[in-house]
Amino acid sequence: MNNLLIMPVIIPLIVGMVLIIFHKNIVLQRALSLFALFLSGFIAFVMMNQVREKGIQTLQLGGWEAPFGISFVGDMFSVLLVLTTCIVSSCCLIFAFRSIGEKNEKLYFYPLFLFLIVGVNGSFLTGDLFNLYVFFEVFLLASYVLITLGGGKKQLRESLKYVFINIVSSAFFLIGVAYLYSITGTLNLAHLSFRIAEAGQDGLITTIALLFLIVFSLKAGLLLFFWLPGSYSVPPTAIAAIFAALLTKVGIYSIFRMFTLVFYHEPQITHLMIGILAAVTMLLGAAGATGYMDVRKILTYNVVISVGFIVAGLVTMTEAGITGSIYYLIHDMIIKALVFLIGGTIILITGTSDLREMSGLIRRHPQLGWIFFIGTLSMVGIPPLSGFLGKVFITQGTFETGYYWLGGIGLLASIFILLSMIKLFMNAFWGETILSEDEEKGSIRGLLFPIALLLVVSLALGIGAEGIQAYIAQATEQLLNPSLYIEAVLK
Amino acid sequence: MKPNDVILQSVTKVAVVIIFTFSIYLFMNGHHNPGGGFIGGLSTAAAVVLLYLAFDIEKVRENIRIDFKKLAALGVLIAVCTGLGGVLFGEEFLTQAFGYKELPIFGKTELTSALIFDTGVALAVIGTAVNIILSISEDR
Repeated sequence: MNNLLIMPVIIPLIVGMVLIIFHKNIVLQRALSLFALFLSGFIAFVMMNQVREKGIQTLQLGGWEAPFGISFVGDMFSVLLVLTTCIVSSCCLIFAFRSIGEKNEKLYFYPLFLFLIVGVNGSFLTGDLFNLYVFFEVFLLASYVLITLGGGKKQLRESLKYVFINIVSSAFFLIGVAYLYSITGTLNLAHLSFRIAEAGQDGLITTIALLFLIVFSLKAGLLLFFWLPGSYSVPPTAIAAIFAALLTKVGIYSIFRMFTLVFYHEPQITHLMIGILAAVTMLLGAAGATGYMDVRKILTYNVVISVGFIVAGLVTMTEAGITGSIYYLIHDMIIKALVFLIGGTIILITGTSDLREMSGLIRRHPQLGWIFFIGTLSMVGIPPLSGFLGKVFITQGTFETGYYWLGGIGLLASIFILLSMIKLFMNAFWGETILSEDEEKGSIRGLLFPIALLLVVSLALGIGAEGIQAYIAQATEQLLNPSLYIEAVLK
Repeated sequence: MKPNDVILQSVTKVAVVIIFTFSIYLFMNGHHNPGGGFIGGLSTAAAVVLLYLAFDIEKVRENIRIDFKKLAALGVLIAVCTGLGGVLFGEEFLTQAFGYKELPIFGKTELTSALIFDTGVALAVIGTAVNIILSISEDR
């Protein structure tokens, strides 16, 4: 029993509710929401060290034993993701202070932001398939409102698509849950894993596994990403950044959880399928990222490429591959928030998202330019920046297991990431300065701080990789040995 | 032309009292029998919505001075904080407690922490349900 596990879910929830009651007091809203995220982050940090010392932590809500009650499970993988979520969301929140606008602040922006974090943290920590569904709905509902916040015409059009897609995939999710329950008689993840291992993963269960793969692929943007570039480019910058950093990652987390803990018996079918999806995703994402001349489109297609790349590590099911995926997943959450915030700032300054209409920003905004450049290098995987280790390990994993095509496509995609990001950098920052100080459309005062903060976190992750190596190794071990998870929950 | 809703208004005045009584019955019944905070809250919300239908929105708002958004938030707060009560006593989150006490009028009564939790659920449901109806009705 460890009550800390529920805290990253409960604290933002309580604070969000308090903020609804005092929704006119903006200073209080800002202070309290930031406090909630810091406190959750601190608790996640404490939990991380507890897991390090004592193994997987569990909490049975209300004292009802698993598999009958609701379990919360914190293994190293979940706890690391919760910690990263809190860090990234704090930075996006600070960015929102100066950029979101007073009108939106009074329209319940802060409570909704916190509910989004409730859903994301809950999805990472729950040990029960149905609760995973519930937490998905929690953050989806918050995201439905956030995506339309401001109510622009474009936003409403894209949000309609976003809502439809997610309602359909939630329906499939529920159908999958029902099938699985009728076959195994349980929804506790540990118990599911135990029963499927006992009875064997026959054709029917493999089919259900593929159904879940479709559901989570829709959420993660793995191949089924057609909704993603549109809906991630319309909301205000701080919201787009938090979407890009967190929402697809919850889908990726679910794929990892389900296909390492529950459906891991038929890798020649399910994992090969994931591999093919990942490869196609990377290729299509690369085509999109290099083809467009629009800041937001380029960045959203880069989100798509990284989804494919992270999942490629899962396909191998080796220590190297999974380690690489975890490194890259954490790196990607931070770096995607970083580049989206910078992208939004560029659009704020120039008043356009078309690369052809901007140039020479580096003269007036050198810090922004250099931070973007370092971020780009990190995304491509130049050592010693944070993307490097992830790329090395994932590639190593794919080559070890003979998936040469997958590793090759991963490396090829990296080149396209470089190409697209350098294109963005050259067009936006190099060249003649066409905007004088008075012609700039918005002020970036106060916006650089959260961006710099994220860069520091990213650099720390890259240079201090040795320091967190032990944590990542433990996360990998727990993912590759489902018995550890089962024992912790059902002991 | 002003619609004539004398019948609706007279029936509502009586019916609302009955619905409120019934929803309190449902709410209190919930611990051991079918009922509880959710269904109790929903039927209370039904009564409030009936009031809105029979009289107009401004009139009800003058008499029931409650912000239903805040009511919903308060309900969730009560429910979650009841859950945290267990944590204070070193038990799991959401652990419940109950005991028997001699009360003046009711005699021997079962007191449970789940009742407070259910109150929170009821308030949240009332707040949300009424709020949804109000938002739809305001949309012209």
